[in-house]
Amino acid sequence: MNSRQLPPYLWTIALLLAVFIFNAAFSPGFFTIEWRDGRLFGSLVDIVNRAVPVLLLSLGMTLVIATKGVDLSVGAVMAICGAVAACLIAHPQGSLLKDFQVESLAGIIAAALLVAVVCGLFNGLLVAKIKVQPIVATLLLMVTGRGIAQLLTNGQIVVFEHPEFQALGSGSWFGLPSPIWIFMLSFVLIGLLVHGTAFGKLAAATGSNETAARYAGVKVDSIKVWVYVICAVCAGIAGLIGAADIKAADSNNAGLYLELDAILAVAVGGTAMAGGKFTLVGSVIGAILMQALTTTILTRGVGAETTSILKAVVVVAVCLLQSPAFRESYRRILGLGRAQA
Amino acid sequence: MRQRLPIIATVVVFLLLYVAACFRFEGFGTLRVFFNFLSDNAFLGVIAVGLTFVILTGGIDLSVGAMLGCAGIMVADLITKFHLHPGLATLIVLGFGALVGWTQGMLVEKFKLPSFLVTLGGLFFCRGFSLWISRESMQIDHPAFSELSQFSIKLPAKASLPVSALVWLVILAIGAYLARQTRFGRTTYAIGGNEASARLMGLPVSKTKVLIYTFSGFCAALGGLVFALYTGSGNAVSGTGLELDAIAAVVIGGTLLSGGYGSILGSFIGVMILGVIQTAISFDGTLSSWWTKIFIGALLLIFILLQKLIERSVRAN
Repeated sequence: MNSRQLPPYLWTIALLLAVFIFNAAFSPGFFTIEWRDGRLFGSLVDIVNRAVPVLLLSLGMTLVIATKGVDLSVGAVMAICGAVAACLIAHPQGSLLKDFQVESLAGIIAAALLVAVVCGLFNGLLVAKIKVQPIVATLLLMVTGRGIAQLLTNGQIVVFEHPEFQALGSGSWFGLPSPIWIFMLSFVLIGLLVHGTAFGKLAAATGSNETAARYAGVKVDSIKVWVYVICAVCAGIAGLIGAADIKAADSNNAGLYLELDAILAVAVGGTAMAGGKFTLVGSVIGAILMQALTTTILTRGVGAETTSILKAVVVVAVCLLQSPAFRESYRRILGLGRAQA
Repeated sequence: MRQRLPIIATVVVFLLLYVAACFRFEGFGTLRVFFNFLSDNAFLGVIAVGLTFVILTGGIDLSVGAMLGCAGIMVADLITKFHLHPGLATLIVLGFGALVGWTQGMLVEKFKLPSFLVTLGGLFFCRGFSLWISRESMQIDHPAFSELSQFSIKLPAKASLPVSALVWLVILAIGAYLARQTRFGRTTYAIGGNEASARLMGLPVSKTKVLIYTFSGFCAALGGLVFALYTGSGNAVSGTGLELDAIAAVVIGGTLLSGGYGSILGSFIGVMILGVIQTAISFDGTLSSWWTKIFIGALLLIFILLQKLIERSVRAN
């Protein structure tokens, strides 16, 4: 049997299980999930709940990477959307949005996500129409985005009170924290779009060989614009959840470095960085694995700085495992028979 | 001529911004303010020299900002806790920077990994490592160190060139020499133009690429030392997001991100443009700091669009 027929995220699951078992060995009750105050409590629920922003980002990022792109601006888009929502609710002094009157929850969410769509269109059009390399195109919004968010909030941390909106971040529906529900809804919607229609195949075709896809009649440009829009909307939702969770919009720190975490989660999940092959489920497992590692390090009291060293090791290890050149050389060293093409 | 357009555009933008700022703000045009650009942006300028080589080959190095923080906290730790002589500490830190750069270069070249992922790993590693050394910022107390940070060459009109600016000018000269006058530099341009044909021509592509990443790591560490000299302390979180400023400076300086075309001197002017924007905003006083980011972003957008136009017209010929 060839190992290539197995899903690429098999060893990610194995690693996740290993982390869980390690935790269970040191802290009994790790797997315990109990029902308290009308919702579920437990370490596992907590890990997934905390992973939601990265989970959402990694969904959109998976599609972008499938088309051989990358989106560095998601952290900045999170900050912008959080700032838009907070300004619409709190009308802070000196804010650009202080004169807009939006009261309803739906209106606030719609306004913030509309801004996210504009951000996505900006990225997508730069990449698809003007043919700027994705890293550079999205770098622009990454640099400028935080400036724009600070411009919106006039540089302050905007604190707000809006019970309905806060429920998006810290409430619970039907026994589970609301962010988890929002993530699951997004996952199902994107899953339907990607696998229920031809969108996923077209995106993968774009990523594996753009010229061939173009000749085969794939509308490569519009596919690219769409993936960046979807990615930005995912980031917008993550930004709303983040702002709702802390009841504030912090333009400097909201989503800082989360773009890197999301790329890492996608890579760990088995999506090919060179485009063409992707797995949404893998990215989800990858994001949960990264959060599980972070939580483990924090609960063991090792110190948060170890997390980033660990991330560095993971990203390099994953890249090496995906690299044909590396596979070739370790086969040769270990003498494991002939190299595969 | 068309090929020279990016660098000409850079120089024109610099002159326009500078002259406009001189007219707008009293005292902006003095020699002293001009030389302050050199000392205030030295750390960024040193980093940009190394990064220009990486971008010339079509790669990218995202680890430079984290390396700056790492070098600063390392040198502070070595001097204050381990009581090493600053000279020895400097050598160790520069060696560390080169080692991290070399590792990244090997991963990119030998295993054909995408440079932005490898250097992303480098970013995480350097940040984690520097936070592991110390979470608190650390002051550097050593007579030789303070003497060095106080030393400066006096120039007329109250202007002066401190050590940081001198380091920048020296590394700039070395970078420009390497790029223009050596086999190493010509190979760099050849890799960026077309890596496959550079290989077929028998150029030492692998060796050069590894050396380029090593040099970038070295420059980033040197930038960190300059920054430590400038602030008199080391801080694990300094240089957050600096990789973006550095990339912006290189691109505004006329280096094509697809590689193969650009210059070290262009990056120098790119850094100076960022310096003028920053200084002008602080002179103005009413504009808030976030306008810097927005201005830099807008300028970056214009330059990228310009690059695309040039690429297209070159291809059309």
